[in-house]
Amino acid sequence: MQRIGVFICWCGSNIGGVVDVPAVAREAAKFHGVVYSAEYKYMCSEPGQEMIVSAIKEHRLTGVVVASCSPALHEITFRKNIARAGLNPYMLEMANIREQCSWVHQHEPEKATKKAIDLVRRAVAKAGKLEPLFESTIPVTKKALIIGGGIAGIQAALDIADAGNEVVIIEREPTIGGKMVLLDKTFPTLDCSACISTPKMVSAAQHPNIKIYTYAEVEEVKGYIGNFSVVVKQKARSVNSKCTGCGTCWAKCPTKNIPNEFDLGMSMRKAIYIPFPQAVPNRPVIDRERCRQFVKGKCGVCKKFCPTDAIDYEQGDEFVTENVGAILVATGYDLIDWAKIYGEYGYGKYPDVITGLHFERMVNASGPTGGKIVRPSDGEQPKTVVFVKCVGSRDEAKAREYCSRACCMYTAKHAHQVLEKIPGSQVVIFYIDVRCAGKAYEEFYLKTLHEGAIYTRGRVSKIYPEGNRLIVKGADTLLGRPVEVVADMVVLATAMIPAEGSADVARTVGFTVDKDGFFQEAHPKLRPVETNTGGVFLAGACQGPKDIPDTVAQASGAAAKIIGLLSHSEIAGEPTIARVNEAMCSGCLACREICPYRAIEPKEIVERLPGKQVTRVVASVNSGLCQGCGACTVACRPGALNLKGFTNEQLLSEVDALCL
Amino acid sequence: MKVAYYPGCSYETSGKDYETSAKFVCNKLGIDLIEIPDWSCCGSTAAHSTDHLLAVSLAARNLALVEKMGFDTVTASCSACYQRLALAQTELAQDKKLLEQVNEITGYDYKAAVKVNSILEIIACVDEESIKAKFTRSMENFRIAPYYGCLLVRPAKIKIDDPENPTIMDRVLQTTGARVVDWSHKTECCGASLSVSNNDIVTALVSRIIKAANVADANCIVTACALCHLNLDYYQSFVTQTKGALKEMPVFYFPQILGLAMGFSKKDMGVEYNITDTSELVKKVV
Repeated sequence: MQRIGVFICWCGSNIGGVVDVPAVAREAAKFHGVVYSAEYKYMCSEPGQEMIVSAIKEHRLTGVVVASCSPALHEITFRKNIARAGLNPYMLEMANIREQCSWVHQHEPEKATKKAIDLVRRAVAKAGKLEPLFESTIPVTKKALIIGGGIAGIQAALDIADAGNEVVIIEREPTIGGKMVLLDKTFPTLDCSACISTPKMVSAAQHPNIKIYTYAEVEEVKGYIGNFSVVVKQKARSVNSKCTGCGTCWAKCPTKNIPNEFDLGMSMRKAIYIPFPQAVPNRPVIDRERCRQFVKGKCGVCKKFCPTDAIDYEQGDEFVTENVGAILVATGYDLIDWAKIYGEYGYGKYPDVITGLHFERMVNASGPTGGKIVRPSDGEQPKTVVFVKCVGSRDEAKAREYCSRACCMYTAKHAHQVLEKIPGSQVVIFYIDVRCAGKAYEEFYLKTLHEGAIYTRGRVSKIYPEGNRLIVKGADTLLGRPVEVVADMVVLATAMIPAEGSADVARTVGFTVDKDGFFQEAHPKLRPVETNTGGVFLAGACQGPKDIPDTVAQASGAAAKIIGLLSHSEIAGEPTIARVNEAMCSGCLACREICPYRAIEPKEIVERLPGKQVTRVVASVNSGLCQGCGACTVACRPGALNLKGFTNEQLLSEVDALCL
Repeated sequence: MKVAYYPGCSYETSGKDYETSAKFVCNKLGIDLIEIPDWSCCGSTAAHSTDHLLAVSLAARNLALVEKMGFDTVTASCSACYQRLALAQTELAQDKKLLEQVNEITGYDYKAAVKVNSILEIIACVDEESIKAKFTRSMENFRIAPYYGCLLVRPAKIKIDDPENPTIMDRVLQTTGARVVDWSHKTECCGASLSVSNNDIVTALVSRIIKAANVADANCIVTACALCHLNLDYYQSFVTQTKGALKEMPVFYFPQILGLAMGFSKKDMGVEYNITDTSELVKKVV
């Protein structure tokens, strides 16, 4: 027979101002199994907690119900609290009478009190069925794997490695660096993006604790928090480790005029190439789809000239297994393909309509134009440049509903650069809102405004050519009139979207994405760098659009979490996971299909029946992988699966308490 | 193929040449257009800009008549008629309450199962080889700027093609051997019914469209809408008066081009109804 204590919290006036707390406490005392019922101003405070501890001892309580705020806030506090009094911490049940009662029923106190009593009755019913649960221990491999070698991945790698842990970076491009090395100056300080990111790339490459795979992808992830086994596919580079990066091969390669992806096709590269001079590693790859040796079967020029015999046409893809304790996903973003969506801007037909990233390459001193801002169509310097913000962002009708966050600032920076580099130039910026929330951001915007950028509030409805110029038609919604600008060049601030292939990464690693395809954090405010899968963390724009400062901050945050995890040689496993009643399991494995964490595996068992032995298959739960979501318990037809702490029996007793 | 046909109010007036040429062409292609008996107003501008329920009910009455005829598809040549009928159909099919309300007004028990296609879609459905087999003249001297206007491609829930760069008419016209130019003003506003109340605006808008067609090296514009045709054709002279010299550009309906290619006479195709001179261009084929 359980001896249950009920503790009702006022939470100051948060609950007590609406719910008649003493009345709830009086009612609770009458519930079956309740031997003690009390109320207090702040149950989570020191005296409140002491009150629970002494009541447990004095009344020999076997289970505790705390009616207060959401368990998300204080369940752990009270679990620790009752453990101090010698109870199993899982003998606690909470009734949320704040978020789910007093806050939402502020104007109907009587009904709120009645509801609070119902919620407490439910909690007491469940408390009567609770069983002690025990945490397991899981060993931790002190090594982290980072998917994506952009600024987020590099920053996190350095932080984790500096703390003394081994780190593996997987980057699918031939070099690390990501999008940040493409950029010119960065707002609001106007420091050179490459100048601040390439030293970090070099530090990562030289760090004794960091191992970098470039031109590689994650093929398979198995295991669970502390014990992941990751198969890395090293794509064939056709250049082996003897390479010194001397550059003879790409100087001699006869296959020219391949649009260089790094310059968004605005410059040309060879078939054997490094993406840019500061690439890390400084080791080329052969583009097998273009290389004559591969396409026509004859050439061999690079092999002939290579002084270190590093060219290997026979090289195949290699698969390497890395065992790690934590995974950080930092796969970044891509820009939306506006040319497929925005017919009113010409579907990409007009060469002088470019994206902000093209502009970055162009204005970059090491870019394809050597830092000159010119029209792609004729190489002339534009005099009037129109910027269109929110192309694909904040457009629920045609593209994405969300704000891409970085565009207001980089457009202000672009406007500043046009006005600075082209004397007598005119800049018109079409915007919906100017959003400059960030340290020194508003100041930067105002500076651009004072330099003469014309900010026009409204969307652009159409861009079309007239002669060799572009007519930009839009609205000035502040004046309430249509406007038209004759422009030499138009720069579109296109929406950030999850990087191509990120859905595959989420599937391979095993965590969820949000409605826009960005990676889902465990909690938007309180657990922003974790996923719902234990041991898998997030950083950068793969979790949502972000600028560089936020990306780096999040990367260091994720690194801190990973360092925390790797600092333990073993960790406690959550006991609230699924359990199979093998006697009832029919072996249908419907649970295996539905499990989002791949935590269910088939297992053969031998059963003794009268006169014979039977071997049959049943489901088995991997306690490291199971996150306790409960999906399997619903899918289980014979009812063999139960979630510890939320068993069918416990849930039904709650339903009975509320409905009967 | 038999299709119910909604003529609309412009069919014996400003859009007579559209209607006539469309009927000739459809006949040649084996498409029987059966006029809806006792058809009434489609609910265009005067209705839909003032009262939504009135506009839907006016269109619904005609749709109900189509259902009564035992037809499952109705077509209209005029873009406004097509758009009103199509939009009403979409709304009625999605909103049961509205359908009940409208049926009470019209007195018919409409089931909202009629498909509404523009005449352009009907003709575009005929396979390319069958259309080509009917051609006797090559239209290679025609450099056409296809003009879609606004009603064929908007709003999004009934659009027949990409609203920013439609190509359905381009494809039909290309079968004749004519050169169809890619240009920037395919779907720009012609001013529509502002020609009744504010023709300065129409003149300004028409001037840009004609200019853009000239820039694209077209020698004619082809439309699928009676009102577009009227504005583009009639207002060219005003453009010259108020905005200076303009290279005049004949404006055709798309069935007129198909009909000429099929060997129909100028008279059958009604090309002499045009205000802007078409004779120079038509002379090249007839």
